[in-house]
Amino acid sequence: MSILVYIRNVGGQLKKQSLELSAYAKAMADALNLDVTGLVIGTMADGELKKLGNYGMSRVLKVDDEQYNQRVNRVYTRIVEQAVNKTDAKYILFPDNAQGKAIAPRLSVRLRAGFIPQVLDLPSSFEPFTVKKRAFTGKAIATVTAHTERVILTPMLNSFGLPENAQDLEIQSFEPHIEEPDSRLELVGKQLSEEGVQLADADIVVSGGRGMRSSENFAMLEELAATLGAATACSRPVADDGWRPADEHVGQTGKIIAPNIYFAIGISGAIQHVAGVSGAKCIVGINSDPEAPIFEVADYGLVGDAFQIVPELNEVFRKHMHEKK
Amino acid sequence: MRVFVCMSYVPDTTTKIRFKEANTQLDDASIQWVINPWDELALTRAVELKYDAASPVDEVEIVMVGGVRCEPILRKGLAIGADKATRIDVEPLDAFQTATQLATYLQGKDCGFIVCGIESGDYNEAAVGGMLAELLDYASVSSVSSVQFDGDAPVYQRDVANGKEQVKVDGPAVLIVQKGFARVPKIPNMRGIMTARSKPLDVIPAIEVEPLVEFVEYAAPPAKGRVKMLNTPEELVRSLSDEAKLL
Repeated sequence: MSILVYIRNVGGQLKKQSLELSAYAKAMADALNLDVTGLVIGTMADGELKKLGNYGMSRVLKVDDEQYNQRVNRVYTRIVEQAVNKTDAKYILFPDNAQGKAIAPRLSVRLRAGFIPQVLDLPSSFEPFTVKKRAFTGKAIATVTAHTERVILTPMLNSFGLPENAQDLEIQSFEPHIEEPDSRLELVGKQLSEEGVQLADADIVVSGGRGMRSSENFAMLEELAATLGAATACSRPVADDGWRPADEHVGQTGKIIAPNIYFAIGISGAIQHVAGVSGAKCIVGINSDPEAPIFEVADYGLVGDAFQIVPELNEVFRKHMHEKK
Repeated sequence: MRVFVCMSYVPDTTTKIRFKEANTQLDDASIQWVINPWDELALTRAVELKYDAASPVDEVEIVMVGGVRCEPILRKGLAIGADKATRIDVEPLDAFQTATQLATYLQGKDCGFIVCGIESGDYNEAAVGGMLAELLDYASVSSVSSVQFDGDAPVYQRDVANGKEQVKVDGPAVLIVQKGFARVPKIPNMRGIMTARSKPLDVIPAIEVEPLVEFVEYAAPPAKGRVKMLNTPEELVRSLSDEAKLL
């Protein structure tokens, strides 16, 4: 028996989240005396996969077949199901993001396995399976049990950490049997994004609100983001007014993210906004209003005019990053 | 072309969340229920397509699983511009129950596509859309940010990790949509509110289905430590680097 981890494949690259999932699975596996097996669909070099061995994974099944480089949720679900059967997996872990959640609920139906997303911690019990998850957009934590034979989990980014645990990683080819390669879904166009750092995966996020006053003023936040290797984001009114693209909107009705550092600049910190970033390790609030609610949730605060602070901050960070090298 | 929009109702985003019965149940006494924000965007776009002469969409039906308390929400959906609403009469205990009720109703019904908001603002599971697609054995297209038409054939744009893709589906699909599908929700006008009163709102009985998971207890999230106010950018960089060890 094993714990199966679905490894997200982003153009042949691993994401930090897959390493976290491996470490999370290993902690469960040690308690249950199981091993951790990963599944990767589409092309990924063995050298890249080997990194998973540093975080507790002992085997990877790779479905290295170009026809599966294109994600088709229905087909991917069936591939994972076959890997579950092959490894007799009792627990199946997916990343808590759009890709993981595109497949995990489908698999839950096929296996009639309890599906528990937004998991915040290791299980508190295995009989019955009990774990804590985020609920009401971060306003509550729910304790959930599953009595099903198998359980599917999506642990949240940053919910567990990244303890190293070196294993001898074995990489095996896995050939799924898909009766009808799904002709129901046809790719008719694709545009690769230009910007380097994706918001959902970013370690550092620089986010601006109404306090930035116009779309042009976001240029200084882009500069700061470039210095830090960060992604840019914004609050809801900024996205609604079209100052920034809708996919940069962070908050209860936008993206839910969990970076290491979140800079909230000129963002008042309404409860709906905070719901999107409550998983961040550290929130930095920069606002001209010392009474702004962002300072109730921030770890560090700076009061002042963003137009003065941000360029200064950019200079200090630039120096710091340079010295670090 | 008929389009179904699956809606759920959630506590208003500004509502304080409290629990009762030894923290085993949501205290709904003071809760204002609203259309789940993502579902509202889904409905907004579906209605826009209905009124767009260039699109083949000519009928929008809302389906919701819930008790009688969600009827005002359904009326609002009709006022926004849906033609019909169907309520499946049960308060679901988990996403699998919800999806099974929806699938039982939607099975075999002719439609172009079914739209689900990416997640609900209460349990945040992002589960119902995918489960529904599997139960119906339909394609599911997730992270959908727009729908265009190539003649009568829908072309769905989805966000993927490194960009955007446009896909076509042979047959009906379940779309799991996020912000961008519509930017801001449509606010019903007076005429919409008046006509909504006479639009059909059907109530159908639920089927028996066992949930897969059980919510046993709730707690408030741990309190946040106090903010540390700093005076200069230099102090901030030092704190992030030496104290928080994040740089």
